[in-house]
Amino acid sequence: MQNVPTVMRRELAAYFLSPIAYIVAAVFLLTAGLAFGLGTFRAGGEASLRPMFDGWIMVILVFVIPVLTMRLLAEEVRAGTIEMLMTAPVTEVDVVLGKFLGAYVYYLVLLVIMLVYPLILSFFGPVDGGLLACHYLGLLLLGALYISVGLFFSACTPHQMIAVLLSLAVLVLMTFASHALAQKVTGALRALLQQLSIRAHFMDFVRGLVDLNHVVFFLTTTVFFLFLTVKWLEMRRWR
Amino acid sequence: MLVRFAACYSPRVPAGTKPVFSNDQRHGQENAMIEVRQLSKRFGAIVAVDQVSFAVDRGGVVGFLGPNGAGKTTTIRILTCYHPATSGWATVGGHDVFTESMAVRRRIGYLPESAPLYPEMRVREFLQFRGKLRGMAAAQRTKAIERVAERCWLTEFIGRPIGQLSKGMRQRVGLADAIMHEPDVLILDEPTIGLDPAQIRETRKLIQQLGHDHTVLLSSHILSEVEQVCTRAIIIAMGRIVAQGAPQELRSQFSSTGRFSAEIKGPRAEVEKAIRALPAVAKVSTQEADVWLRLSIETKDQQDPREDVFRLVASKGWSLREIRVEGATLEDFFVKVTAEQQQRLRGRQDR
Repeated sequence: MQNVPTVMRRELAAYFLSPIAYIVAAVFLLTAGLAFGLGTFRAGGEASLRPMFDGWIMVILVFVIPVLTMRLLAEEVRAGTIEMLMTAPVTEVDVVLGKFLGAYVYYLVLLVIMLVYPLILSFFGPVDGGLLACHYLGLLLLGALYISVGLFFSACTPHQMIAVLLSLAVLVLMTFASHALAQKVTGALRALLQQLSIRAHFMDFVRGLVDLNHVVFFLTTTVFFLFLTVKWLEMRRWR
Repeated sequence: MLVRFAACYSPRVPAGTKPVFSNDQRHGQENAMIEVRQLSKRFGAIVAVDQVSFAVDRGGVVGFLGPNGAGKTTTIRILTCYHPATSGWATVGGHDVFTESMAVRRRIGYLPESAPLYPEMRVREFLQFRGKLRGMAAAQRTKAIERVAERCWLTEFIGRPIGQLSKGMRQRVGLADAIMHEPDVLILDEPTIGLDPAQIRETRKLIQQLGHDHTVLLSSHILSEVEQVCTRAIIIAMGRIVAQGAPQELRSQFSSTGRFSAEIKGPRAEVEKAIRALPAVAKVSTQEADVWLRLSIETKDQQDPREDVFRLVASKGWSLREIRVEGATLEDFFVKVTAEQQQRLRGRQDR
């Protein structure tokens, strides 16, 4: 485990040394800015980010995070650097956690930049600090889950493009489609699809409600995908 | 010794399996840095490595030689804990590569084929990162980086991004990484591939120097490289070890062929005919170099035709400026053993 910070720092440095991270940041901030400017920042609106969080932020993250995570393991496999990495005295858990945290810290940087929006709002009216904290807690959990899904698909293929498309498909399915799909079926499958709906779990945070049920959902699903990634990496060795 | 041996041997080899090595091979195992027994690796239906056994003693440079696709990289990847074997076992520095993987990885410096590195990192950053992964302290890392940069002629490139370096320089960065933690065993997979001749010469010299402090296993498909650099060679073909020994030994196994070359000045057709008519001669081929004829002569039953050739030339009034025994190269041996191996395997498949 002592190698987790080492791997994390390298990943983070790699982000800031590659154009992709800047493009991701630009696209994220542009779209988030549009959502803020057009949805929230208007005369007579409430002084909170709630309109922006009602849907836009999830759409943006579903597209942005797979691009952020696609490189993490796919590029190591494509370039062959995975061989150097996995023959050094590091475990798969070190590598997966380090890479996850590298992407997560980058995501945190984006979240910090997004704090300008409530700052702007605070000039026009009092911002509800509790609601804002709740929104940010939701974003922290949502981001962790999306990054773990993206990391898993990055481990599945040496092609970054395929990693993006697979994680995009799964995230769209889990975020937006599973709730609608649940209406079409009955019984256990319905309950499962309802439970899997990321949107349903996230909406309570948007409303300002912290429910342990949702926190547990996000944390366990994140850990599940990280576990899958570790197992997938271990399995690679046997082929 | 016996305890370790039993512990490693028992889990994955069924009881009653006959040990394949003879007693004299066992001798010296105390010293073995790398030991491989009955190692096999399958990828689906393909057998990449088939019951390979060998041992490498401490110190010196050992060549791991074979044509492309012979199983060199697969064997090396098992030794470096990159992927596990299907059966058999291997130890490095007395540690099992499967059950004591971390201990093995700490003792190995590994340069994979084509030295894959992170292009966005600077050389110093990369070496710092690798040092940290191996648990080296900051002061120790700085000292080690200085040392390996000097040794691998990297000092002036230490601040450059790896992506901007030429192939040869990147290879040196990989080598610097492999030796920075002063490993007992250095495993280099085709370290000179893709380099220009000057870089190849430099790299070989460096590898020879490294052989003084480390046990080096060097894989290559270039024979002259192994002959030049290595104190021992292990030849692998189609996943099996076909021969091992000192390069000179291997060559001497093959040097008793009756091959000679001679340079004679005279009318070509007549010279050829006369030489061919000598009782000892089996085959003659001729090349023209200016006015001289360069003849390669193969004899029957390893006879020596040199005196006969001399007398013949003298009696005809031609000139002779050179006649010598053609020393067999490792190349000949290599081609022969790999061809034999292929034939044997084909024969087995036909049955």
